[in-house]
Amino acid sequence: MAEELVEKRRGFLVGSITAMMGAISAALGIPALGYLMVPARERKQQNWIEAADLTKLMVNQPEQIIFQRVRRDGWKVVSEKAAAWVVKTGEQQVVAFSPVCTHLGCAVSWNAGDKSFACPCHTSSFSPDGKVIAGPAPRPLDRFDIRVEGNKIMLGEVKKSAEA
Amino acid sequence: MINSVLDWVEDRTGAVSGVKHFLYEDIPGSSGWHQVLGSVAMFCFMVQAVTGILLALNYAPTPPDAHASLRFILTELTSGRLIRGLHHWGASMMIVVVGMHLLQVFLWGSYKKPREATWMLGVVLLLLTLGFGLTGYLLPWDNRAYWGTVVTTQITAKAPIAGPYILRLMGSEDGNIGVQTFARFYGAHVLLLPPLMALLVGLHVFLVRKHGVAPAPVETLPAKKFFPGQVFKDTVAIFVMFSILFALATLVRVPLGKIADPTDTSYIPRPEWYFLFLFQLLKFFEGPLEIVGSMVLPGVAVGLLFATPFIDRGAAVKLRQRTFAIGIVALAAIGWCGLTYAAMSSTPHKDPWQSFTAEEVAAVGSFRQGQCWQCHGVTPGDSKAGPNLADIAVHEERDALVAHFQKNAGNRGLKESQMRQLATFLKKLDDESVVAISSTPVNVVSGAQLYMSKNCGVCHAINGGGGKSGPPLNGVAKRRDRVWIEGHFVDPQKFSPGSMMPPYKFDPTEMANMLAYMETLKD
Repeated sequence: MAEELVEKRRGFLVGSITAMMGAISAALGIPALGYLMVPARERKQQNWIEAADLTKLMVNQPEQIIFQRVRRDGWKVVSEKAAAWVVKTGEQQVVAFSPVCTHLGCAVSWNAGDKSFACPCHTSSFSPDGKVIAGPAPRPLDRFDIRVEGNKIMLGEVKKSAEA
Repeated sequence: MINSVLDWVEDRTGAVSGVKHFLYEDIPGSSGWHQVLGSVAMFCFMVQAVTGILLALNYAPTPPDAHASLRFILTELTSGRLIRGLHHWGASMMIVVVGMHLLQVFLWGSYKKPREATWMLGVVLLLLTLGFGLTGYLLPWDNRAYWGTVVTTQITAKAPIAGPYILRLMGSEDGNIGVQTFARFYGAHVLLLPPLMALLVGLHVFLVRKHGVAPAPVETLPAKKFFPGQVFKDTVAIFVMFSILFALATLVRVPLGKIADPTDTSYIPRPEWYFLFLFQLLKFFEGPLEIVGSMVLPGVAVGLLFATPFIDRGAAVKLRQRTFAIGIVALAAIGWCGLTYAAMSSTPHKDPWQSFTAEEVAAVGSFRQGQCWQCHGVTPGDSKAGPNLADIAVHEERDALVAHFQKNAGNRGLKESQMRQLATFLKKLDDESVVAISSTPVNVVSGAQLYMSKNCGVCHAINGGGGKSGPPLNGVAKRRDRVWIEGHFVDPQKFSPGSMMPPYKFDPTEMANMLAYMETLKD
């Protein structure tokens, strides 16, 4: 009988210790997960940057443009250079591709000879409208949000292209 | 399955029997609730380690990014405030627990032979804990951090002979604090002190085990095992401590103030509460005697603490037979409380709005006039339709903010210039100044708005903002009485001949508001 009581008491003590330590671990662990894994509070902020002049582009002649943009990087606001491949497709129609290959992120460049964007890393190539022609790239080139005001080409954020 | 894994671990490492040996250690039958504090102190250290690592994972340890990244942690990240709160309050909690642990060991006479070395190691751990507090205080890089550390370095700089070398060691040249001091404090806080602390805590525990837990003067009960009885008591104490800490971290906000500004002469530096007694002590020793307060007395105190086991060598453990020792501790405690209290009550209170420029006070008026409070809370946890300004940092461009005001409060009579000023003001808000939106008195706000509409700031400066052709207005109420100021508005040349200030005709309400504003301008 006394033996049984001792055993019961022991069970209670061990159970309580586990429960309390578990509660403390959860109180530290769950916020820590949120702190490390949840992205920083989102700020919807579309900055349009004047990047190019429509009149200086030739139809179906991709042009690389370099522009300065301001980006929030964690706790910093950085002003940095960015590049885009701009293709004039009609009198008032322009598309702007991100120069980042959708395979592994190398920079693509325009190959005037066979009229395609070529990636130097794994020989992916893309047509002038961004579609994959060859190589391991899984989807078309990403496009910038774009707006044409008069002759000014304004670029916004890069939107991820859909899987082909 | 579990058993076979455990068997394997035991066979290859001996870890299982090691843990068992640790848990089933014999402790005196008298052991109990009074001996939980060492475990609680160790747990405090572990909480500090965990929260400290988490903070470091989103922190840029160099000025001025240190401030920006901490602000990012507080305003942009999930649970950022909680984790910073736990680390901040955890530091204070650790000091309290370590202090209680020291007091308990003293009162029970547990430092006596053969436990002198355990005691002295404990004193070193206390000093390390204070070292953590001292080095960590600088890391938020706000005014409080900066000015508090300036005082610390200046005190050490006055040490005889060693002063300049200590200063050099702290990375400071001629007492200035910059990136180098910051790097040394940060390095000490995260690279030097933690492993040292862990090592010495290990040694401390080893010595406790070596000599056994201190028994009562007369043991009547048979010895018992550490686990589970005493572990349960330790865990309950840890749980209570952690609950208090968690409540503090959630309920009491630790403000991150304005970024450190070495030119801000209006800031009143104060150290953390556990160093306040030292700060106060220094007020009693002037000139060549200053060193008595800054070095000699603290040095003697630490020396006495180290030497306690050798001063009090009597075998007596019972409290009643050690009235002298107890008396000294009581006196020290009373002195500590008295000094801390005196330092706290001598800290002048300054509302955040009292450091504002006229433009900023007027912007508070615009916020109220625009009824922005209908959608935006300004106190922590006040949830309304829009973002709570006490919880976020305003990053939007000024033009975007003005457009937002026009869209949502365009019909409330705010001029565009007022909206621009409000936008500038909101972008500068921090944890401390956000309080001003609700706390600035109405007549002061009206006075500042009048001040702005009459363009007084073209000639006069308030809190550093404004022109220089007229005298600055801070402290004007100390220099002139109310009658003089009022008369001077109406007919400046009569009161100060040759003044280039034009006369102003205010109606009685306007005059009352203007005077109310002038009277709040502190030096």
